[in-house]
Amino acid sequence: MTGANTFSVSGYGPERAGWTRIFARDSLARRLDWPILLSGLALSGIGSLLVYSATRNRTEINQGDPYYFLLRHLMNTGIGLALMIGVVWVGHRTLRTAVPMLYGASVFLILMVLTPLGSTVNGAHSWIVLGGGFSLQPSEFVKITIILGMAMMLAARVDAGDKKYPDHRTVLQSLGIASVPILIVLLMPDLGSVMVMVVIILGVLLASGASNRWIFGLIGTGALGALAVWQLHILDDYQIARFAAFANPSLDPAGVGYNTNQARIAIGSGGLTGSGLFHGSQTTGQFVPEQQTDFVFTVAGEELGFLGAGLIVVLLGVVLWRACRIARDSTELYGTIVAAGIVAWFAFQAFENIGMTLGIMPVTGLPLPFVSYGGSSMFAVWIAVGLLQSIRSQRPMSA
Amino acid sequence: MTNIPETGRTPRVQIRLVVIQILVLSLLGTLGGRLWYLQIREGAAYAKEASGNHVQQVVQPAPRGSILDARGVAIADNETRLVVSASRTDLLKMKDDGKAVLTKLAGVLGMKPEDVILKVRLCDAKTPKPCWNGSPYQPIPITDEATAKQALQIRERAEDFPGITAEPEAVRRYAAPGNANTAQVLGYLSPVTDDEIQKAQNTDSPYLRSDQVGRSGLERQYDKELRGKAGVTRYEVDNLGRVIGKAQADAAEPGANLVTSIDSRVQRIAEYELDTAMKTARQQFDKITGENYKADSGAVVVMEAKTGRVVAMASAPTYDPNVWVGGISGKDYAKLTGKKSDYPLINRAIQGQSAPGSTFKVVSTAAAVEAGYVWDGGYPCTSSYSVGGQVFKNFEGESFGPISLGRALEVSCDTVFYGLADREWKKDGGINPKKGQPKDYFYKAAHQFGLGKETGIDLPNEVTGRVPDRTWKADYWKANKNAWCKSGKKDGSYVEKIAYENCLEGNKMREGDSINYSIGQGDTLVTPIQEAVIYGALANGGTMYQPSIGKAVVSGDGKTVREIKPKSVGRLPVNKATVKGMGEALAGVVTRGTAAWKFNGWPQDKIQLHAKTGTAEVYGKQTTSWLATYSKDYTVIMTIAQAGTGSGASGEAVRNIYSALYGVQADGSIDTKQALLPTPQKGLPKVRTDGTIVSPKVSDDPAADLRKMEEKGDTPPDENQPAGTATNPTATNRDTRRRPRRRGSRRMPT
Repeated sequence: MTGANTFSVSGYGPERAGWTRIFARDSLARRLDWPILLSGLALSGIGSLLVYSATRNRTEINQGDPYYFLLRHLMNTGIGLALMIGVVWVGHRTLRTAVPMLYGASVFLILMVLTPLGSTVNGAHSWIVLGGGFSLQPSEFVKITIILGMAMMLAARVDAGDKKYPDHRTVLQSLGIASVPILIVLLMPDLGSVMVMVVIILGVLLASGASNRWIFGLIGTGALGALAVWQLHILDDYQIARFAAFANPSLDPAGVGYNTNQARIAIGSGGLTGSGLFHGSQTTGQFVPEQQTDFVFTVAGEELGFLGAGLIVVLLGVVLWRACRIARDSTELYGTIVAAGIVAWFAFQAFENIGMTLGIMPVTGLPLPFVSYGGSSMFAVWIAVGLLQSIRSQRPMSA
Repeated sequence: MTNIPETGRTPRVQIRLVVIQILVLSLLGTLGGRLWYLQIREGAAYAKEASGNHVQQVVQPAPRGSILDARGVAIADNETRLVVSASRTDLLKMKDDGKAVLTKLAGVLGMKPEDVILKVRLCDAKTPKPCWNGSPYQPIPITDEATAKQALQIRERAEDFPGITAEPEAVRRYAAPGNANTAQVLGYLSPVTDDEIQKAQNTDSPYLRSDQVGRSGLERQYDKELRGKAGVTRYEVDNLGRVIGKAQADAAEPGANLVTSIDSRVQRIAEYELDTAMKTARQQFDKITGENYKADSGAVVVMEAKTGRVVAMASAPTYDPNVWVGGISGKDYAKLTGKKSDYPLINRAIQGQSAPGSTFKVVSTAAAVEAGYVWDGGYPCTSSYSVGGQVFKNFEGESFGPISLGRALEVSCDTVFYGLADREWKKDGGINPKKGQPKDYFYKAAHQFGLGKETGIDLPNEVTGRVPDRTWKADYWKANKNAWCKSGKKDGSYVEKIAYENCLEGNKMREGDSINYSIGQGDTLVTPIQEAVIYGALANGGTMYQPSIGKAVVSGDGKTVREIKPKSVGRLPVNKATVKGMGEALAGVVTRGTAAWKFNGWPQDKIQLHAKTGTAEVYGKQTTSWLATYSKDYTVIMTIAQAGTGSGASGEAVRNIYSALYGVQADGSIDTKQALLPTPQKGLPKVRTDGTIVSPKVSDDPAADLRKMEEKGDTPPDENQPAGTATNPTATNRDTRRRPRRRGSRRMPT
């Protein structure tokens, strides 16, 4: 059982052999947060069924292979799990030293998107096509590096015991770290990701204990920024149209409002128990666009009904609840901030994604964590889970 | 790293983390609540919307039922034509709204590009024809006369003609068997409008977008029966319309066939004779106006006397009903409805009304009997009748001395009826009737004869005519007195004087009104179909039937036959003796009276005809001619506006119709083999097991056959050549054909 070594983190607990070591009182397996892991796996499992249901008949995109998306989704989940294990193995503290490098790499990647190497999908110029059917969406990884970068800056003095709270200068520096990639993403423009990043900053600052002035200042700036974006016509027509359709879905049921309308019809028609997996007429009829990615929740709503869709919300709730616990239980501010940033990220992205299919949020191109098809998003989410696991496993066990 | 759960957390951070946790929970709670709202509370509504979303209906239009004549010959049916249509929705998606495609299409079809483009625009209040008044989502037919080659060109180069289809489709055909076009009776179809679809949405016969709806005539009256029920196949489809689910199909129910009482051969004869009579009249000189008769419109009705079933109904001027098929062109539409047109869409047999002239005297005679005047009393037929300085002359000033009511009817003595009506008017209290109700026998009789209201024939938009009784006069005066009082002058022109009088006492029944009324002049209006009911009732002994054209509705599969039974609507207010007396008098009109000169040599002993001629005066126009006739089986009514006298204008035509019905040869002999319909058609045509109806062959033109038949006989030329060579009814000509007769028949027919 040499493989067990991969799970052991040096310096933690006495050396034991085999399974006993894994399940020993202070072992890694015991320290892992199983609810998060199992909920995440369950969500990705449900996701693969939904992705399969949404794509098995779409010959125009699945290249004639009904399992094309299913296999890729499973593979993405597997890679994601491997990344999680890697993160746990390395440990978030070790990673902390590499944050400047990771941050630099992620900013370099999103800069690449702005060069001719980038390509446009659904109006957002936020992809790098790698060839062989693979493509990368660097803004997903930027979400992680913003959290890590800000956490490193904000927690440095506090964890060293110099200060009780991060001072203004530190906050300003951390905001500077966050604003560089945000501005680049805004240029793509990938409005959904920008919104997520702003919420992440809010979560990070909240958890860091930064002065209330910064919190309200950020909220105020966010509102002003939204106004400016609106007034200065930074938005593309398609983005304005999406918001208009959100305000009034009956505006143009065949055009802009089509997505929201069809999504709501799909979910609403599911009723309590749904039409059964693979039996949804809206899904089979491909009435909802982007159904394997941004609108994957509609498949659950239609085919699995209130029970199935509700289960997804509950599982997301388990992940977020545990992540909040991890934030609260972390011994260092660094861990707290990272966990809180991840909570803000997952919570907002899940709320925005499900909310837009339910017609209570405007349509933006954000995937549903764990569930939606998409490699970059899946990898980033599982890396974040790895960070959470690492924060939890490296805190001392409660007595 | 200690073992104490010391987090080193400051309270501020801890509180904020709890806030985050609560925030996250409330977000998730919001999602759960919204999910419950959509799926549980509103779930049923969304499920319904979803099923509407993915179900596509493919409609197979039901073939419209045929309209058949009494023997089963189709007078309206369907034929398959290659229809080229354009989808507006597809065209509008193009950058130039499809102009390039339509221009290319016009090239293939050999049409002008402008014409094609005009055809696909939508009708609204400001758009003149041609335009499309059907649904904008329905393919708009460009032509239904595409050749196979043109259709092939369009279909093989589908990519060059996006939005254009070329499909064989069943289109209406008005077959005109034996050249009988029956236009106004059949009516026409036009595409259903959005309003109509809305209105009929929840009825038991909803419209389809592609439906054609009957707009007039039988097509409208029996639209529901003829239309049938379209078949609908429901497919589950995906967002691109590809079929993904199983189909559920309701088969189309073809429309029912309507068997009518029309005999297309008799119809052809009637149309031909009416047309000929009008052409002939236009060559006659009108002494009163000093120019030839205009004979601008006319109608003829041939009706079964004992059932009220219409055997033929023609209206002139007429048109070809096939112009409506496949969308009418702007030019054609203007021709049919424009101010310059002679309004050929009007069915003058039921929508044309004019004063009845002397044909009204049967009503006056019945009224006189009702009022207590004995049949054989000696009523003075003087040459004129004076009332208060006004002189009412007998037609051409004849006098016959004291005569019976029957004789008065036969010789059409105006002064007898003047006298009777005047006496009744005085009895009723004169210009200011007593408080007690005036008896108004003459007006009551008109109502009892069915005048002043629709006969109820199974055709839409029948007009009522008018009985100018006291109520009408009061209403009319109220509506017009202001204008009259303004323009009226005591010593002005004729019109001004009339207006002046009307202003003073137009609301009252004046002596002159009653006198004029008794001989069918003045404000009385009747339609040919009303006359047919009255004279049909005289023929059958007094029963008035509701005239009808539909005889049976035979379902598309031929399995159910709903017969439309003749319906009696009442009896004439006359006893048997009076009917008999009037019958004898009206027979006398044929043998020695006003119509005799046109029925020379008619085998009256074998086929007794009865007739009453009428000449109605119309202010500012030439007189309207009426000829009301009946045998024991049929009644034939013909009227021609601005054509002179009843017998002069219509005598030969009506005689020819009877000749065709009974097979009477020019020499007066009867050839039963040549008779088209010696007794009214009994029963219905045979229905085959497959639902089709047996129909006999119809000769190309029964009217031509009739002429041939007559030419074979040895007859005077003025009788057998009805067209241009017909004789002028001048005095000299008439005199040469005068038969031995009693006094009175010398009169010009009235």
